[in-house]
Amino acid sequence: MTAALPQAARPFVEFPGLLRAHGFAVAPEQTVGFIEAVGLLGPRSMGDIYQASRALLGPQPDRLDEFDALFRVFFFGQTLAAPAMSEDEGDELRVQEDGDSLIEPEAGDLNESGGQATKAEHLNVRHFAEVDEATVLRRFRRAAPARLPMRRAYRRRATARGGDSWNLRQALREAVRRDGEVLRLLRMRRKLKQRRILLLIDVSGSMKTATDGYLRLSHSLGRAAESLEVFTLGTRLTRITRAIRRRQRDQALAMTSDLVSDWDGGTRIGDALLAFLAVPRFAGFARGSLVVVLSDGLERGDHAAMTDATQKLTRLAWRLEWLTPDAVPSADGMGFQPQTQALKAILPYVDHLGDGSSVETVANRLLHIARESRS
Amino acid sequence: MPVRSIIVGIDSPETLSQALGSALYLPDDGLATAAYLALALGKPLLLEGAPGVGKTEAAKAISAVLARKLMRLQCYEGIDAAAALYEWNYPRQMLAIRQAGEEYVNIYRDDFLISRPMLEALQKPDSTLLLIDEIDRSDHEFEALLLEFLSDFQISIPERGTIRAHEHPVVVLTSNRTRELHEALRRRCVYHWIDYPDAAREAQIVMMRASSVAEGTARAVVKAVGSLRQEALAKPPGVAETVEWAEAATVLAGQGADWPTAFKRSIGVALKDQDDLVYLDDRLDAIIQGAAA
Repeated sequence: MTAALPQAARPFVEFPGLLRAHGFAVAPEQTVGFIEAVGLLGPRSMGDIYQASRALLGPQPDRLDEFDALFRVFFFGQTLAAPAMSEDEGDELRVQEDGDSLIEPEAGDLNESGGQATKAEHLNVRHFAEVDEATVLRRFRRAAPARLPMRRAYRRRATARGGDSWNLRQALREAVRRDGEVLRLLRMRRKLKQRRILLLIDVSGSMKTATDGYLRLSHSLGRAAESLEVFTLGTRLTRITRAIRRRQRDQALAMTSDLVSDWDGGTRIGDALLAFLAVPRFAGFARGSLVVVLSDGLERGDHAAMTDATQKLTRLAWRLEWLTPDAVPSADGMGFQPQTQALKAILPYVDHLGDGSSVETVANRLLHIARESRS
Repeated sequence: MPVRSIIVGIDSPETLSQALGSALYLPDDGLATAAYLALALGKPLLLEGAPGVGKTEAAKAISAVLARKLMRLQCYEGIDAAAALYEWNYPRQMLAIRQAGEEYVNIYRDDFLISRPMLEALQKPDSTLLLIDEIDRSDHEFEALLLEFLSDFQISIPERGTIRAHEHPVVVLTSNRTRELHEALRRRCVYHWIDYPDAAREAQIVMMRASSVAEGTARAVVKAVGSLRQEALAKPPGVAETVEWAEAATVLAGQGADWPTAFKRSIGVALKDQDDLVYLDDRLDAIIQGAAA
């Protein structure tokens, strides 16, 4: 095909090809649009070509830097420097997304008990707990679709009886068939849909033993739930939804472990939660959702940020559940007693502080929320 | 696909940019280019950006430049064909059947059809601009419906057949990016990510929109808003908030308040979230002082 093209048009076909090779989705019709656009604009300068490529090839805003770099390489013949990595301090809190970006976790970021160690340990644990946990997860997946919390859908559907509004369209159809005689009025109602679930998993050092189980449970939940978002919190905030929703569990877990670069680091839950809330798109995930935080709330130093974040979160969420691995049942047996200062401080704002010590307890809790909230 | 290089006298991004300026909207180069290309190529224009950067305003300005009627379709979760495309007027149809008795009556005539914005844009493609606002609020079903509409610009009404536009209507879509739009939808559009305007441009916008505001005030407000946007706020102030803040502070200053006080007392028009105000509590004075200086 390329041979039939005029020489001058060739770069505008090859550039989309280069983009594709770097994982950008560019459809043939976009290439056609791009060439037309370049023609329309003159092109009088490289600026025109750049603007046309931005507008027609539509790179996602979070991959714009990468796009720009490729543009410079292709049209200005720059050599591609090694992916520029910002040298961030351990203190710097960054938001990472699980877009299919090519950014690898920096070597400096992995401390001794980092990603590699987690994978190794992961194998051990699974070996040890295979039968038991597998059964729990299987049961959970089977039970979950019916027992996860629901909300009323915004759309009305026809129904035989009950319902809260008239189905005029259907009634008219029937009337036409019977020469305008209306024998019965049909109704519509709003169906039930599963509520979005937002899982925030603490992957700091103190949670080391629990995180693997939580991730396996998230994967099962992802297979059963219609709408789910999963983030890990540590020294950084990472969105792992897309990785964890992979069908194959091993693939999902491997992708997750590549994505998260702050395994077993320090705990800065409050700051990580605030970082989560500061991105409007992410905060939107919490709105009207069931928010489940899996964390021991071992906040180093002052816990003001954590209290602040919890207050904000609880106002956005339909329900905020905080499950901690070292929960101690309270004296009356009804709930759990917070063990750390930070957890005591947030207790008034969470709907439920519960036991997250094993995959089984978390799974049971998730299945129980819908029933409890109804009463 | 028809490529028209001149649309009502607009033959380049620069002329469009000027025309938008006289419609009280100051676009950056990227937006002017994207909008021009969308018009010339007959493709929909997809604008994404944070809330309050002026996506809807851009669509309004484009409709003003083209002297077209703006048909706005506000998306929400659960929006469906009946709200976006068309609906039959069932009670009137029912009455018509009853009245007709034994006579034949066509209940699928035009006067029983209620056009919604998308159908109306198809029927009058040369005099309307269809704005599909906040498409990220709608659900995936609606996005699929839109996909069909945007690729062929036609609608099938079972009782009437296919309605096709005789030319490509001008369509602008906006999204706050609260969720990712489907790739297929992005692909069909000319895309532009609107950022907050840079300080100089925003000051220009303030003075253009609010004639009572002096240049010094505009600069100060823009600087203050710029530092507010650096903070981790739940609702960073948008461009409209900047304009309102400048106006409000000007009014208060006109009544004798000194500038920092005027800014501080009118902060409520820029920051509309109690948490944000509490969060900034101790730094707000410094930000305002820094900007007013």
